[in-house]
This record gives sequence, structure tokens and C-alpha cells, in this order.
Amino acid sequence: MAIEVRIPTILRSHTGGAKAVEGRGDTIADLLADLDSRHAGLRARLVTDEGALHRFVNVYINDEDVRFLGALDAKLNDGDTVTILPAVAGGALAFAAAAALAGNR
Amino acid sequence: MLVIGRDVIDAIIEHARRDHPWEACGIVAGAIGSDRPDRWIPMDNVEQSTTFYRFDPTEQLRVWRELDDRDEEPIVIYHSHTETEAVPSRTDVAIAGYPDAHYLLVTTRDQDKDEFRSFRIRPVAEGAREKAVDEEPVRVIDASVDPAAVTTYMFGQVQTNVDYECPA
Repeated sequence: MAIEVRIPTILRSHTGGAKAVEGRGDTIADLLADLDSRHAGLRARLVTDEGALHRFVNVYINDEDVRFLGALDAKLNDGDTVTILPAVAGGALAFAAAAALAGNR
Repeated sequence: MLVIGRDVIDAIIEHARRDHPWEACGIVAGAIGSDRPDRWIPMDNVEQSTTFYRFDPTEQLRVWRELDDRDEEPIVIYHSHTETEAVPSRTDVAIAGYPDAHYLLVTTRDQDKDEFRSFRIRPVAEGAREKAVDEEPVRVIDASVDPAAVTTYMFGQVQTNVDYECPA
């Protein structure tokens, strides 16, 4: 089952510069494991050590944010397009948020 | 260096003042590779916070798709600080995910003074997670010299009270 995955600029070092790659999987979790087997290090940028989707990465199946579809358990169908976009966020508050991020890396 | 039109920077500053004390945020789009921020797109700060901002992920996808359709990219990603200086915080740097963009910071800590500064926030090496922050000068160009040079566009929060200097 072929899924097209759109890769943002900042992650293209893991795909040899490719802005789209193909993968397979019944769920986002399966897909990321599949991608990681060919594009080493990609999964680690998207999934935390605790096995959750990274807080500041947005993943979409077609037009929907996977956080509404079960996050890593979101189901994929043949022909779906998965898009990865780094979140745009930040702000003046430094320490608490930065500490939370250190936990998420 | 960031080169940006006077009416675009004015729209950004006015957006920041209007949303104060919440942080304001948005982008300025331009043709891919042009490095020219032409199209101002204010975004909703879904955090609605005085110290944090975040684009709504669904709105972000819609905007990014639109950029794609128009062969544009985010040239400038901006947000405001409401009490601190116009410099990226550790949080800003940690989350910054668009190495090709100019990160424009505005501060609304002083009602009488406009302060904005621009930075590049990029991985120290390809694929690295650690980032380097480099401030860059900002050159504001006067759109009244060439009215066609800079256009603005409003999306999301639709407040239409942007002032333009209209030459007679």
C-alpha cells in the first residue's frame, strides 16, 4: 500500500534531499518505522523517546491533522498523502517551555 | 539582510499592537527563491497567550497548501514579544523549523517606540538539531516609490484597518 510522504526542508537531510518519499503502513506508527528503515534518523525527529508524536511537529493525512485521528495510531488507506510540517510556535517564555522541549527531544 | 516593504512592516507592527498583550504571529510569503516578502498573512495565535504563540496546525496546512499552489514560500515568519526584547528566546530557537525563513521579532513593550529585529535560525550543520542564531540588518523599502513593488494580503484574522500612505 503506497503512501506518499511530503518532507519539509529541515528533514530532507534524512531523505537525501528528496521532498517526497514513499512508504507503507496501516498506521502512522507503521509508516514511520517503514520510512526509518530507508531514511535513517527520520523517525527520531518525529517521535519522542516515550513513543509519542513530537509536540512541535504536525503530521497530516490528506487534509487532517493526525492528532484528531489517533496520532500515531491514525489509520492509513492506500493512496493517502501524509504531509509533515514543523509547527510554527515559540514565544518569550523561555525556561519552562524549553525544559519541556528538552524532555521531548 | 532582510529587505521588506514599508507597508508590510507597518502591517506587522500594527498587528502586534492590536493583539497586545497577546503575542501576535504570522508570515510574509513571496515567490520561491526570491527572498522578497510580498504577501502579508497574519495568523491566529491559537495559544492566545502573553508569552507563547502557535499557529493552528489545520490553518497552517491550508496556508502552506496555498503557498504551494502559488509557488510561494514563507520568506518571513514573525511574532511579537510583549514585554521583552525583540530577540528570539530559547524557546523560539528550539522550535524554529524553517531554516530558509527570516525570523522577524517585534516587541510591543514600549507604546511609543517601534522595535523590530530580524534573525536567521538554522541548524549548525546539515541534519544537526543544534541551531545557530544570526542577527541580520533590516532594510525597509518605501513602497510609495514603486506602488507595485509590494502587495499585502490578509488571511485569517480579517481586520482591514491597515493604513496606506496614498500619494495624491
